[in-house]
Amino acid sequence: MSGGLYSTDSQDFDKTLDLTKIKPYGDTMNDGKTQVSFTLPVQKGEEAIEAAKQMMKKMGFENPQVVYVQELMEGFTFFNCYGNCVHTVDYTSIIVPKVESTTMDMHETDAFVNEHIGRKITVVGASTGTDAHTVGIDAIMNMKGFAGHYGLERYESFEALNMGSQVPNEEFIAKAIEMNADVLLVSQTVTQKDVHIKNLIELVELLEAEGLREKVILICGGPRIDHELAKELGYDAGFGMNKYADDVASYIAQELDRRLNS
Amino acid sequence: MQKSKLGLDFEKVGYAKQVSKHIAEDVQKFVDSYTTVAVERTLCRLLGIDGVDANEVPLPNVVVDEIKDKGVLNQGVMFFLGNAIIETGLEPQQIAEKIAAGELDITKLPTHSVEEAEKATKPFVDKYIQIIKDRKAKRDNYLNTIGEGPKPYLYVIVATGNIYEDVVQAEAAARQGADIIAVIRTTGQSLLDYVPYGATTEGFGGTVATQENFRIMRQALDKIGEEEKRYIRLCNYCSGLCMPEIAAMGAIEGLDVMLNDALYGILFRDINMQRTMVDQYFSRLLNGFAGVIINTGEDNYLTTADAYDEAHTVLASDFINEQLALIANLPEEQMGLGHAFEMDPDLENGFLYELGQAQMIREIFPKAPLKYMPPTKFMTGNIFKGNVQDALFNQISIWTGQGIQLLGMLTEAIHTPFMSDRYLSIENAKYIFKNMKNIGDEMEFKEGGMIRTRAAEVLDNSIELLENIKNEGLFTALEKGIFAGIKRPKDGGKGLAGVTEKGANYFNPFIAIMNK
Ligand code: B12
Repeated sequence: MSGGLYSTDSQDFDKTLDLTKIKPYGDTMNDGKTQVSFTLPVQKGEEAIEAAKQMMKKMGFENPQVVYVQELMEGFTFFNCYGNCVHTVDYTSIIVPKVESTTMDMHETDAFVNEHIGRKITVVGASTGTDAHTVGIDAIMNMKGFAGHYGLERYESFEALNMGSQVPNEEFIAKAIEMNADVLLVSQTVTQKDVHIKNLIELVELLEAEGLREKVILICGGPRIDHELAKELGYDAGFGMNKYADDVASYIAQELDRRLNS
Repeated sequence: MQKSKLGLDFEKVGYAKQVSKHIAEDVQKFVDSYTTVAVERTLCRLLGIDGVDANEVPLPNVVVDEIKDKGVLNQGVMFFLGNAIIETGLEPQQIAEKIAAGELDITKLPTHSVEEAEKATKPFVDKYIQIIKDRKAKRDNYLNTIGEGPKPYLYVIVATGNIYEDVVQAEAAARQGADIIAVIRTTGQSLLDYVPYGATTEGFGGTVATQENFRIMRQALDKIGEEEKRYIRLCNYCSGLCMPEIAAMGAIEGLDVMLNDALYGILFRDINMQRTMVDQYFSRLLNGFAGVIINTGEDNYLTTADAYDEAHTVLASDFINEQLALIANLPEEQMGLGHAFEMDPDLENGFLYELGQAQMIREIFPKAPLKYMPPTKFMTGNIFKGNVQDALFNQISIWTGQGIQLLGMLTEAIHTPFMSDRYLSIENAKYIFKNMKNIGDEMEFKEGGMIRTRAAEVLDNSIELLENIKNEGLFTALEKGIFAGIKRPKDGGKGLAGVTEKGANYFNPFIAIMNK
């Protein structure tokens, strides 16, 4: 292995920030310092440590250092490691799909809807499938809202129905038809084995089969959901952590305006 | 008279227990005259009926659905099975198989008296009572020979969805020092009106609770316990539409701890309150008889309601749950009443309030192996801070002598625990439990200080709440959203169709046996 593990060359890197080639930062620009922890299904020993180092190298780290080793049980060993990342990212060329709307407060949204839509917007929401978590959808919909942001039920311009949790997709759609909903809000919290993805896709497929997909603004949300994922799954928008009713209401109002009036 | 470190007024505590007793007795009046499909399926299981039919429907469901469809559920399966035993000379399992094959209609056989039917079922009843007693004796023997870890017991969850993978995770945890392994159930199971059959490898956020899965995990833990010279307890969940059935399976397979709380089902799964209160009684009777520690779910209230403002609802619910458990003949030593460390980390002096409350609950239920729940709601993706939050929680537990410590995971906000997460949390708890072992014996709480004041305030508020519940009745209080800010209608929710008033021929011999 040329240069060896602890080559002094690695100290002589360029220390100026170049946004087209950014690296993790420890205490010196471009040092690439990163901490990683993982478990390998092998017994503790010198070979295990070497395996961890090789794993680190394959992950793109120079100077891999295994700083803590702990056997979890026979045949499983846990590692804390540090290394210098060799990869760079071009920050200047990054484009993240974002929900296209400006966030307004409740009164601004009510006024906007009044002026541009001229009627109340009907929203049906639920935590669907076998998911029993309601705090997320409640945060968006219920009167009292969350973290100081009032929920949709408090908006004058919204007619909001929160169906609660463990609502099967079929029931959810039936309700949407009954209420002639403009907007569907789906919350998904449990993500183990990608159950949320399966459930979200199923809803889109059912809506398509019913010929309803294009007739509604379809929105999903949850702690592991972002707009990009939502788009990929066939949703109009997705909202994750630190998004509140005002973000959602503003988007709905502006999107409906786009659909109806342009 | 017990001495309080908090200067608690034990007369008030006694009064609160009296009020709660009224509330529980009021519920029990209702419970006594009703049965449910789940209770009846449990009786089938306790007569030895097991397995599934050609369509994968469990045989206890086949039998109970049969009498329900014929409109005679109110007479109870014991009566019809007793009759059928006399008429056919077959065993309950064979009778169930014949019903499944469409070869026998047990509601159309010539009828015998209740006494005769009861006599015919007695050998089968006795057999299962013995099976449960033997199971209990096996646990007692382990405890007397290899022993157990010190309290607070370290409780961790496994939740891979695959029972065989769960065994690997459980083994790692037990070897690291866990005392209780809880196999978390898959999403959706609590709303199934049957218990799935056989070993399972597919689940979301947890693993299906089946009798075979119980057996697989029990066997693994017995082996590890023998090797580690420490009995490892197994925990699963009764709550849901099958409370007594799962309690029966747990009694047969040697589970040690079971979540058993109708209020949780009502509030967090929208299960009908009448249904689940009836189910709960029989399931607690079974848990009590089998020596199983129950866990109640008060901690969950604080995931939807504020932990500081609503602390008294947790205490009030513990008071009620204690009385409902006593009615089901469940010893205090098996009452893992729930509470939690869930205050907002930004709250100034939050630790002091938590400490006061934990000490208060400890003194109010002195014999109970209290179940203390870690921070969950305010855990975030900042796992490093999460480990500190869990450390504060562990300090309170060792300080106040909690019974069962549900270990917090630093990755609580992210995923069900990895093997390494469990290691880090057990390490955290062991370090603190050892390093601070006798702090509770050394420290006193200042008279008139924040900690004593907080405890007194929570007790007072809970008494006020209990008085309201007593005046309205528990069902009406639940309709008004008294716990967790969640309202549930008495005739709403899941499972009401499976409730019926007991008829003239109804009998359940297990109630008398287990009440002794
Ligand atoms: C509270 C809680 C519960 C409560 C739920 C009470 C209730 N009525 O909701 C109870 C105790 C009942 C519970 C049960 C379970 N839980 Co839970 N629970 C949590 C906990 C502690 C907090 C979740 C929460 O309320 N967050 C606060 C809300 C406000 O945040 P949020 O949901 O992200 O919502 C925000 C955004 O995402 C967004 N949003 C959310 N939804 C939507 C929808 C739309 C349309 C929009 C626009 C936006 C939006 O807006 C919100 C505000 O910003 C988390 C751990 C944690 N700290 O995160 C575990 C957690 C979510 N639970 C988990 C699990 C596994 C379960 C169970 C399945 C366990 C079991 N096997 O029994 C059961 C659920 C059973 C079932 N059938 O689903 C796991 C999920 C793991 C995973 N990634 O799959 C977690 C992460 C804990 C863990 N580490 O194991 N849980």
